[in-house]
Amino acid sequence: MPAVQETVEQVRSIDVDQYKYGFFTDIESEKAPKGLDEDTVRFISAKKGEPEWLLEWRLDAFRRWQTMQEPKWARVDYPPIPYQELYYYSAPKQKAAKSIDEIDPEILATYEKLGIPLRERDALLGIESTGGEGSGKARVAVDAVFDSVSVATTFKEELAKAGVIFMPISEAVREHPELVRKYLGSVVPVTDNFFATLNSAVFSDGSFVYVPKGVRCPMELSTYFRINERNTGQFERTLIIADEGSYVSYLEGCTAPMRDENQLHAAVVELVALADAEIKYSTVQNWYPGDSEGKGGIFNFVTKRGDCRGDRSKISWTQVETGSAITWKYPSCILRGDESQGEFYSIAISNGRQQVDSGTKMIHLGKNTSSRIISKGIAAGRSDNTYRGLVSAHRKATGARNFTNCDSLLIGDQCGAHTVPYIESKNATAHFEHEATTSKISEDQLFYCQQRGLDPEEATALIVNGFVKDVLQQLPMEFAVEAQKLISVSLEGSVG
Amino acid sequence: MAMLDIDNLHAKIEGEDGKEILKGLSLKVNPGEVHAIMGPNGSGKSTLSYILAGKEDYEVTEGSVTLDGEDLLEMAIDERAAKGVFLAFQYPIEVPGVATMTFLRSALNAQRKKRGEEEISTPDFLRLVKDKAAGLGISQDMLKRGVNVGFSGGEKKRAEILQMAVLEPKIAILDETDSGLDIDALKIVSEGVNALRSPERGMIVITHYQRLLNHIVPDFVHVMHKGRIVRSGGKELALELEANGYAEYQQDAA
Repeated sequence: MPAVQETVEQVRSIDVDQYKYGFFTDIESEKAPKGLDEDTVRFISAKKGEPEWLLEWRLDAFRRWQTMQEPKWARVDYPPIPYQELYYYSAPKQKAAKSIDEIDPEILATYEKLGIPLRERDALLGIESTGGEGSGKARVAVDAVFDSVSVATTFKEELAKAGVIFMPISEAVREHPELVRKYLGSVVPVTDNFFATLNSAVFSDGSFVYVPKGVRCPMELSTYFRINERNTGQFERTLIIADEGSYVSYLEGCTAPMRDENQLHAAVVELVALADAEIKYSTVQNWYPGDSEGKGGIFNFVTKRGDCRGDRSKISWTQVETGSAITWKYPSCILRGDESQGEFYSIAISNGRQQVDSGTKMIHLGKNTSSRIISKGIAAGRSDNTYRGLVSAHRKATGARNFTNCDSLLIGDQCGAHTVPYIESKNATAHFEHEATTSKISEDQLFYCQQRGLDPEEATALIVNGFVKDVLQQLPMEFAVEAQKLISVSLEGSVG
Repeated sequence: MAMLDIDNLHAKIEGEDGKEILKGLSLKVNPGEVHAIMGPNGSGKSTLSYILAGKEDYEVTEGSVTLDGEDLLEMAIDERAAKGVFLAFQYPIEVPGVATMTFLRSALNAQRKKRGEEEISTPDFLRLVKDKAAGLGISQDMLKRGVNVGFSGGEKKRAEILQMAVLEPKIAILDETDSGLDIDALKIVSEGVNALRSPERGMIVITHYQRLLNHIVPDFVHVMHKGRIVRSGGKELALELEANGYAEYQQDAA
């Protein structure tokens, strides 16, 4: 498998404590005053030129947030987050760019360094599909979010021809207020949880997607999040609406500089699929994980939820989680429409001192709904990796079906893997299946692979790639290879 | 100098009071030769194969092993493989999710890289595997399945021989390759092994029973007992063992 070879070479060239994306872009930025109060919320809203209703919405969220407690049920342990020591808004000091040529070259260079082409011409040449000869080049439209603002969105015009709206949410608030107002907070209510409420108060930017009735989005959409500033929280908000009979595939990627202090990332993603629509949402999360002693790294507290609002709609989450010091994330599906389907495919890798508490919720409300959960957790180093999942069937959800498979793989003897499934069925016709395994990469497997000529790192990469194969297959082709490399890099230093 | 030269090898299970298993074993294998090692259970046959391959659970306390004059015991497991040491496992290990084809290609290219050779091209690789697989009755479907996952006993052994055929080792060690095989499977596997006999390649065939040696006819037969070779001879020695069993050696030792 050439990809494995490639991976291993990449692993070799990297030191354990060297996070490839850990550089910092030196650029002047404009920040909100440190700390969080109503003025901060007003400041952000004013910066974005928001209408009154949205400011009120934010303030309402902020007032609620002040009465809420941070959730403590997850199996993660971290120092108190100094909310008043953070900056809640940071934007590169520059007027809004009208075209790609007006963007600060430093920022363009940053994305180039990250392998994200922002010039459409480059995008056409840049990303090659790996589906073998003759499959051509894949095109991906990118929305690039740098700290608190979106700096560029590519292929907007071409998408507009198909009727697809793809733009920063701050722009959508101005240009499509009726859509934003109708759907914002309709999946993750302002009151949902501590971090989602915080996000509602201070969210800065993120992507907005609307795919009209019957349209199959002509290309992959993606958002690339980059936290650059020190002591700055990133609170993006993504809203994707697939109208009746439409289809969209969306990918997000994330990186951040290496810093000794922790950085907070509390995003909210809302997906709405109307009748017969399908949304495929893939994440490759590679926030800075901290060093091998657990210093620094991103605190990632994210609320992602999809609402299968229409009959026969489908939402599919695929995630490859390799970064962050703390991951607290449960992309979920509300299966409201009859015969709607939800899927969750996850690879969560932890190494060093990382702590992952991740999983999903499948809430079956409609009739004959079905869901599928495939979760692969890999723990190495001194990390802890927990799968936490809920599958529930409402009293009226006749014929609900779920299949869950949770596998954990341990590398070494100082890490932990935990599985915490919750299953609630209030309907006798529901049919839920749960399978779980925990295994260790055995000495025998390593010996066998090495006897055939693979060194210990190559052997581990091969075994892990085999373990996560079911999930990797769900990723869009262009990103599967990228993810595969990332997996091996994340496991660097886990052998021996 | 022999290609593989094992001289007065002593080894024990790793650890403070690890039991000594090999107690002064010597054996020379030249290119083109097939050596059979026979012996009762617990005589140290499998341990010898593991030590040659480099498994870490054992500690060599005395003696030496060289391959073409180089100290084999100093080399890492994968380095030994690249130098041409191949072990066909008695119990082949499963690697779920990794297609046999992928596994073979990764292994072959890893070895080639270590030897400073070019990686094999996709068409060449496919052709190579197709040819070798056909002779062993291995279907394309089997090649797509995870390594040894859901394979029958016979399929596992055939897959081991396929790996050997693709990797083309200098010295092949077959550990109880006949265990768990019915007569038909035994024939297929033996034919596969015989096809790989060559003037450049040495083989060590470890077996408890003589029947395998009806199909893979050795040049030399050695009887191993209590960690040493206690008797060596030609292929007729195997027949004698079949008739008399290992009783006389066990008595001697008692």
